[in-house]
Amino acid sequence: MQEDDKILGYQPGNTFIHRLNATTKLIFLLLVSIACMVTYDTRFLVVICVFSLICLKLAGIKWRQISFIVKFIIVFAIINLIAVFIFQPTYGQELYGSKNVLISAGYFTVTKEELFYLLNLVLKYICSVPLVLLFLLTTNPSQFASSLNKIGVSYKISYAVSLALRYIPTIQTDYWAISAAQQARGNELSKKASLGKRIKGTLNIVIPLIFSSIERIDIISTAMQLRRFGSKKKRSWYVYKPFTTKDYFVTAMAIFLVIIVVILWHINAGRFFNPFK
Amino acid sequence: MEPIIQFKNFSFQYDSQAEPTLRNINFSINPGEKILLAGPSGSGKSTIGRCLNGLIPNVDHGDIQGACLVDGKDITETSLFDLSFTTSTILQDSDSQFIGMTVGEDIAFSLENDCQDREKMHKTVNKWANELELTALLKQTPQTLSGGQKQLVALAGVLVDESPILLFDEPLANLDPAAGYKTIELIDKIQKEVNATVIIIEHRIEEVLAKHVDRIILVNDGEIIADQEPNDLLHTDKLEKVGVRSPLYVKALEKAGINLLEVPDLTSVKELPKSSTIKEKLEIWKSKQTEPDELDHKKALLKLENVGHQYNKHQQNPLHGVNLTVNQGDFISIVGQNGAGKTTLCRTICGFISNEGKISLNNQNLADLSIKERAEHIGYVMQDPNQMISQKMIFDEVALGLRLRNVDEDTIKEKVYQTLKICGLYPFRNWPISALSFGQKKRVTIAAILALEPEIIILDEPTAGQDWKTYTEIMDFLRELNERGTTIMIVTHDMHLMLEYSKRSLAFAKGELIADTTPIDLLTDKNLVAKASLRRTSLYDLAVHYDLDNPNDFVKAYIDSEEQVVK
Repeated sequence: MQEDDKILGYQPGNTFIHRLNATTKLIFLLLVSIACMVTYDTRFLVVICVFSLICLKLAGIKWRQISFIVKFIIVFAIINLIAVFIFQPTYGQELYGSKNVLISAGYFTVTKEELFYLLNLVLKYICSVPLVLLFLLTTNPSQFASSLNKIGVSYKISYAVSLALRYIPTIQTDYWAISAAQQARGNELSKKASLGKRIKGTLNIVIPLIFSSIERIDIISTAMQLRRFGSKKKRSWYVYKPFTTKDYFVTAMAIFLVIIVVILWHINAGRFFNPFK
Repeated sequence: MEPIIQFKNFSFQYDSQAEPTLRNINFSINPGEKILLAGPSGSGKSTIGRCLNGLIPNVDHGDIQGACLVDGKDITETSLFDLSFTTSTILQDSDSQFIGMTVGEDIAFSLENDCQDREKMHKTVNKWANELELTALLKQTPQTLSGGQKQLVALAGVLVDESPILLFDEPLANLDPAAGYKTIELIDKIQKEVNATVIIIEHRIEEVLAKHVDRIILVNDGEIIADQEPNDLLHTDKLEKVGVRSPLYVKALEKAGINLLEVPDLTSVKELPKSSTIKEKLEIWKSKQTEPDELDHKKALLKLENVGHQYNKHQQNPLHGVNLTVNQGDFISIVGQNGAGKTTLCRTICGFISNEGKISLNNQNLADLSIKERAEHIGYVMQDPNQMISQKMIFDEVALGLRLRNVDEDTIKEKVYQTLKICGLYPFRNWPISALSFGQKKRVTIAAILALEPEIIILDEPTAGQDWKTYTEIMDFLRELNERGTTIMIVTHDMHLMLEYSKRSLAFAKGELIADTTPIDLLTDKNLVAKASLRRTSLYDLAVHYDLDNPNDFVKAYIDSEEQVVK
């Protein structure tokens, strides 16, 4: 049933993170995510993990807002980890140059090194997923568009992205309305029907959802053209906010984190932190 | 004076259509004029609008014959962007035309696209927001505003351009009566301030004529039927001939046997001559009307106790504490301001959203039933047909519910054909739904619900976007169903519909049920009219104008007489 709280999209707020400039948040997200992707220094990753989770808390984001997407990502991550293990269970020992067997099972022999490597992968998820969610839930899509444009993305693409973000809630609402309409026609989708029937019935919702979305796109694009969207090479932004001290501070922090990764690279003589040496 | 708009032997045929939509039309409009472009749906009036703002030929492709000049520019040689400096369009559905996330941003949209610097842009936005009393709302999301406020935002968004032509595409379509009247007043005020040429596309003549209009251009079947001053046009029968409703007070005068040619000015009730002959005729006519027999059916069908629903914690005035009983055979209209909770009530009854209280049907608590099970008894036709339609062909769409209930194909065929005939869709039975207009799609969704033969049918604004002819067809048909025992509930902004067809009215304001009474009693209670954002009919004004004893009785007499015609 439709619940407004479950909608994944920008929720206005007044925390420190909400007040940050969208460009700052985008830069921070990009730099820190890249840093976390590059490095396998467990100490660094643990620090960022804790930091990301604290930020989620600071921004006042509730579990029910993100529970669906988080569960989805967890399933996906587990599949990913299993696949990584199955394809090359010896990858860890090759990386760290030692072999501490935990469970001996031929091809699927589990080593401490492999587990440590997988732990690093898990940490990478925990670093970046909260940051992405944080960005989506605390950034006004219009300001996001203006900041994308600011860092060099064409304004048409920027605006398209922001419209798409804004329409996630609308499409969710549409989905519930259409689903209810289908059920009223006799397409039982409640718990009273079998799972197979419910899946098949859900497919019936997709067609009207696509049609109503196309109709929406058609109207909005006409409205935009009538008000000269795309007439010039550049456009200005009503909502653009200039940088403030806190934005410089957060940007500097992102750069600082990147520098740390570079330093760690030198100390570890590579991307990997090796506790088995 | 050089006309600002000229159509010369102009014809247009959409690439996707077999027939031309506009045929050899000729007219011109002078700067500063206020024109009402009227006609039934599908007449081509919107197509004329699309020529004026350049959507034809820049977005909608087709074959153009003759010439259309807007501010001296030939539309075939002008880009959409260039023309947008000349013509500002306020689209029909203000909800889906909002582009900005906030009111301020939306007003600024075209300025942003002109790459104006931020300071100047904020200044212009503030100026117009101030002018239209939107300053307090600048940071709100447009979608959270009331219907009238939305219209203001859309208007502010084009006024920043200061173009010489303002084009309104059905500005009244989604507004409650009070907000509609305010919009017409506002258009009038703004035109005087900015000296623009105003073109209003609308088929609700009476509402638009609440303020002065210079000319009415009447379109039917792609041709110009009339191009004359409102007063002259009202003296003819051209409006009704093409299926556009003429003002109620004019029809009342006609019914009372008054020769319209003897009335010099018909444009408003105020302008009618205070003659004693007219008064006499009206009184005689009123005394001759007989009340139709009221059937006495009082079997309770649907019982609502303390019904309510809140979408989220921040929602102001959520629907709450609704207590009422719907009787078998009732014909109920649900009215009130935009956002007062009318649609929420329907959705709660059908189980689309959760309910705080208790609803029972024939003494069975509905809480135990799924949406599907409730739908066996209660059919709901939603406001937006696109949210209901899931099949490609009309036949399949109407048959869907029956097929899901495992009815055999022969019975389905029989029932679907029967329903399609009733809804006037039988000739189209093998058409794809995508070929239908909005109004026709709406009828398909009504047919789809009718085919299931529910005991109660709830319709959410079934007549929005329908011209008078289709409106009459749908409503007469619903009345017939009602007489055969089906209980009908209609959400509407149309006061005529409420008065003429429904027997009982539920008025909502700010999430509360404020009245449950007869339509007449509702519309004659000043207090309720203001609270529910309704508007008195011109029939009442007419009766007051001629000092008739009891204006309410006059309104009632008129409605009774309409009903007699149908029977």
